[in-house]
Amino acid sequence: MISYQLASTVRLGIKSLLLHKLRSALTMLGIIFGVCSVIAMLAIGEGASFEAQEAIKKLGSNNILLRSVKPPEQGRSQGGGGSRGSQLKYGLTYLDGARLQTTIPGVLRVLPMRIIRENVRFARNEYPCQVIGTLPSYADVSGAAVVRGRFLCHMDEQHKDNVCVITTGLAQRLFPTDDPLDHSIKIDTFYYRVVGIVQERSQPEQRSQSGKMEGQPLDNNVYIPLGTSRTRFGEVLVRRSAGSFEAEEVQLHQITVQMRDTEAVETADPQIKSMLEHFHEQNDFEVIVPLQLLRQAEQTKRIFNIVLGSIAAISLLVGGIGIMNIMLANVTERTREIGVRRALGAKRRDITRQFLVETVVLSVGGGLIGVVVGVITPVVVSQLSDMKTIVTFWSVLLAFGISGAVGIVFGLYPARAAARLDPIDALRHE
Amino acid sequence: MPDESAIIHIEGVEKRYALGGEADVLALRGVHLKVHPGTYLAIMGPSGSGKSTMLNILGCLDRPSSGSYWLGGENVATMPDDQLSEARGLKIGFIFQSYNLIAQLTVIENIQVPLLYQGRDVRLFHQRCVDLAKLVGLGERLGHRPNQLSGGQQQRVAIARSLVNDPLMILADEPTGNLDSRTGTEVLDLIDRLNAGGKTIVLVTHDERVAARAHRVVHMKDGLIDREVVNRPPPMPS
Ligand SMILES: Nc1ncnc2c1ncn2[C@@H]1O[C@H](COP(=O)(O)OP(=O)(O)O)[C@@H](O)[C@H]1O
Ligand SMILES: [Mg+2]
Repeated sequence: MISYQLASTVRLGIKSLLLHKLRSALTMLGIIFGVCSVIAMLAIGEGASFEAQEAIKKLGSNNILLRSVKPPEQGRSQGGGGSRGSQLKYGLTYLDGARLQTTIPGVLRVLPMRIIRENVRFARNEYPCQVIGTLPSYADVSGAAVVRGRFLCHMDEQHKDNVCVITTGLAQRLFPTDDPLDHSIKIDTFYYRVVGIVQERSQPEQRSQSGKMEGQPLDNNVYIPLGTSRTRFGEVLVRRSAGSFEAEEVQLHQITVQMRDTEAVETADPQIKSMLEHFHEQNDFEVIVPLQLLRQAEQTKRIFNIVLGSIAAISLLVGGIGIMNIMLANVTERTREIGVRRALGAKRRDITRQFLVETVVLSVGGGLIGVVVGVITPVVVSQLSDMKTIVTFWSVLLAFGISGAVGIVFGLYPARAAARLDPIDALRHE
Repeated sequence: MPDESAIIHIEGVEKRYALGGEADVLALRGVHLKVHPGTYLAIMGPSGSGKSTMLNILGCLDRPSSGSYWLGGENVATMPDDQLSEARGLKIGFIFQSYNLIAQLTVIENIQVPLLYQGRDVRLFHQRCVDLAKLVGLGERLGHRPNQLSGGQQQRVAIARSLVNDPLMILADEPTGNLDSRTGTEVLDLIDRLNAGGKTIVLVTHDERVAARAHRVVHMKDGLIDREVVNRPPPMPS
């Protein structure tokens, strides 16, 4: 009975709104834009922070990353830098790795890495790669999965064998037709036997953009034993550029410290920093704590959501004021009708309900259209730009809920103004 | 105190419009009136004599400043707003000079409006509404809107609408004021037929020929009933 009455009130509301189609449509626009912007903005924000968080998670939230960085300019000129060539010594050392393992509590594993850029060849195929000298524990620490064959093992390390493990992407590029296993690829002047293929933790279809977080192209990696890297490439790496050459002595490019748990990460972070600062004269390393990055990303996302939410709330507020304005005009215009309805038995609350329903139909109608447009917009944005967007269910619910609330809040005043009219005055109204 | 046999029983009704101090207007100054069921009553009088004020009070659109008004035995003079609305919807059918149909609704929907406010399911009363439309000669135009009808047709829709809740009486304020004499006559004939069927009618008019159709004619002057003329005897209370 009640629902039947409500249904007929809604039908009446729609009818009244259709009497002024353009006016109703324009009024709805405010809500449409408001709801659409809430959903679209939240979707874009969600997508952006998702990508950032994925990239950070890939680094491992129990890990602390140490990287060698070239010290600032002044340190270099000290090294005597003639125009023909100079040799610069900086970065993390094997000793650092050993000290970390022994002095920092909560350390599970210390994983040293030498990262050298070289072209890798098989038959006629040649690709620029990162040749990463590391220990067998790399696969566990970084979460790389062995797809074929095996990862590096301790025997490889002991014998400083010329063996390598390559990533799936590189395997496809270097060996479009052959099976890579047991073939040898050429790096610099030496041949390395392929013993395994690994899949990095991040999916290969992920764009290189997010891979940049790590400072390396994603899927062109060759892993060789650390000892092999030391003997084959030596400690001094020479980089030639435009006639001059630059020699750098870097023992380790990166050390990944795997901690017991996130708590250990928190306590170890300052300890590691102060220890390294103690042993390094120049500022030639950086410490990256993915856990902190993740927290920052979450914090940023929260702030982002609040800012977006406020903007959206303001646009909905403006939409609501538009609705209220129209409804007040509507009440004035229909004063006579209100008087007639009152004479025919309508109570004040019947009049309130009628105009409130009309406002809510307007705002919820706008809300529905806004939801549709708001769900489509992020998809289009994703297609046109390379941005990832995620439309969450709760953002749709929120936007839709707000549009309904706007209708009630801004419809209440005009509806009550209508109900307060004196029936006799209203009937006399021209 | 109320006369149980009367549909309308007003005693010493005054209506004061407070305009501040000396400027107060006493539109009704202690009116007494009894109307029995089945009576056709016309109210006449010069402009400003209090006819509309009287009709507003009879129609429960307004409350008297003092005095009593029993409508079908119930004292309406002191009712709160919601109950007045209910009394209007259930006990009174209004016919206005300017028809006052709702523009966005069709003929049949206009007839249904008073049902809505009594919480009645329109679907159950559909046949009744169709019958009423036929009664007023608009059975073929159920889906038309007011702007597609002539003045006389609109007024006939208003009459059908006034009957839908089967009220105790019909109040009509100058129902033919906006109509030419031929359509006016049709409308008045229709009202006569309702009265012949037993409906109590109270009608305000300037027109002697309209008033001639009523059983009783009361003449108002300066907020009082000045004199009353009985054209023919109203039906005896049973
Ligand atoms: N809302 C009002 N406020 C003040 N005075 C009013 C109001 N309505 C009517 N009056 C006054 O009450 C008197 C009776 O008016 P009314 O009932 O409209 O007379 P009629 O309908 O016979 O012309 C008039 O003097 C009129 O000016
Ligand atoms: Mg008048």
